[in-house]
Amino acid sequence: MTTDACKLTIAQAQHLLRSRELSATELTRACLDRISAVEPRLNAFITICHEQALAQARDAERRLAQGDAPALCGIPLAIKDIYATRGVRTTCASKILENFVPPYDATVIARLRAEGAVFLGKANLDEFAMGSSTENSAFGPTRNPCDLQRVAGGSSGGSAAAVAADECLGALGTDTGGSIREPAAFCGVVGIKPTYSRVSRFGIIAYASSLDQVGPFAKTVRDAAILLRSLAGADPADSTCSTRPVPDYERALNGEVKGLRIGVPKEYFVEGMQPEVEGAVRAALRHYESMGATTVEVSLPHTDYAIAAYYLIATAEASANLERYDGIRYGLRVEADNLTDLYRRSRGRGFGAEVKRRIMLGTFALSTGYYDAYYLKAQKVRTLIKRDFDQAFARCDLIVTPTAPTTAFRLGEKMSDPLQMYLSDIFTISVNLAGLPGMALPCGYDRQGMPIGLQLIGPAFGEETVLRAGDAYERSGAVTRRPTVV
Amino acid sequence: MATDKRGNKINLEQVRHIALLARLELTAEEEQRMLGDLEEMLEYVDKLNQLDTGAVEPTAQVGEIGAAMREDTVTNREDPASILANAPAAREQMFKVPKIIE
Repeated sequence: MTTDACKLTIAQAQHLLRSRELSATELTRACLDRISAVEPRLNAFITICHEQALAQARDAERRLAQGDAPALCGIPLAIKDIYATRGVRTTCASKILENFVPPYDATVIARLRAEGAVFLGKANLDEFAMGSSTENSAFGPTRNPCDLQRVAGGSSGGSAAAVAADECLGALGTDTGGSIREPAAFCGVVGIKPTYSRVSRFGIIAYASSLDQVGPFAKTVRDAAILLRSLAGADPADSTCSTRPVPDYERALNGEVKGLRIGVPKEYFVEGMQPEVEGAVRAALRHYESMGATTVEVSLPHTDYAIAAYYLIATAEASANLERYDGIRYGLRVEADNLTDLYRRSRGRGFGAEVKRRIMLGTFALSTGYYDAYYLKAQKVRTLIKRDFDQAFARCDLIVTPTAPTTAFRLGEKMSDPLQMYLSDIFTISVNLAGLPGMALPCGYDRQGMPIGLQLIGPAFGEETVLRAGDAYERSGAVTRRPTVV
Repeated sequence: MATDKRGNKINLEQVRHIALLARLELTAEEEQRMLGDLEEMLEYVDKLNQLDTGAVEPTAQVGEIGAAMREDTVTNREDPASILANAPAAREQMFKVPKIIE
């Protein structure tokens, strides 16, 4: 039991911790042992918090013994290294923050800490969350636990791989254009990006503020629902965070999809898509029909413009957000005779190639003479993309698509061609532009044994519908999770 | 969107200007690479011009506005030491910077 405890779901672990069949320390130790065994091959973590995790587990044990422990008490999690964690180095996978130790916690970290969750360590990512493969990390790429020659996806690749490889029971990620859903699909786990403004972002290192959203990775949809309930809710420190009450997402999981109207956007089944991905998604749609849902073809006509709009908006926002890394108050400083050169050198040495590329494109899109043609134009196209979804949701309750056009690609395959890398987010990016909730969950495997991800998209604040439909599919046994190779 | 007489959307001089605006020191090799990458990206985003957006309002933000107003109370912790611990150079309770006035 003890050595296999890392393989438990959160729901299972909650039960065993409360019935005293398993102690929080045993559970955390099982995860730390697993981390020691597989990390040399995976590189899912930038920092491992061995001692702190065990101390948190002992505290959780005391609370569990008193009998009134909150939902996540004693549950070991991996945290994407973009969340500020008090006293624990937070690098954002960048050389510029290599030695940064935040003096405060992100709001969601403080909430999980108060619940007694155990933080195993800080998970790898693409530098500043800019990438789709976790190859843009200053700490080396994360490998896919299903095939070590393939990428884990990105930018939250460490979080996805850690969950898939049973190094933790769940993980936190962020999603600006698909950074939770694409790695979840590539690694064969569940990942949900909630509605924009559902979860506080205070203390999460900003990439593109009108798109960034926080969300969990988990082994099951039920676990994702449990995690999301603890994450979501208003925060006085984040004025962009909705004050809507947070539903009990787990209670929404009644296994029922009868009468659910599923929209299938014709623009999401395009040429160049891996045939096995289309096959698995079509099979999942038939499976939903067999469970009593109906499917209807819908149109999202501006899908083809989403990546172009995204890369102007996201990079423009990034160029402003990343101005703060100037080598003065924290982070890497490269000395120079004057202040401008100090900024230029510190940033030139501290940022990696992809981050520089995006800062440059964003600065250009905002610069005098180009603002209207690029940035403003992209914001107008964003309106059209949002309108597409509004019209589609007049005819359906949920939209179902593939998460990515292919399964996980090989390490290095797309590193020399940024545009090809960007295109792997073609099915996820519109959801961020429209601010909607989207979830990836496994719906099959290709011939090489790589997982295929289904994407469920809901209307704004439709997380309960998304989770209910995902859980019903998962519970029906349509897909059996295969063991990883690590 | 604008192109020069050779049909390029951006030239090396502009790359250097943008790099200065962004306070990024780029090596000569990086400048060349950046020129090619930005040219490719700007060509790609050109497809937005296929859409007539004359009557479309821009979207800057989606989602709901939360509690924009709060009580005017000080919530910062008095903890200069842990803040200065991250400073590349500090003296007493100050960040050290290069001389900015000659």
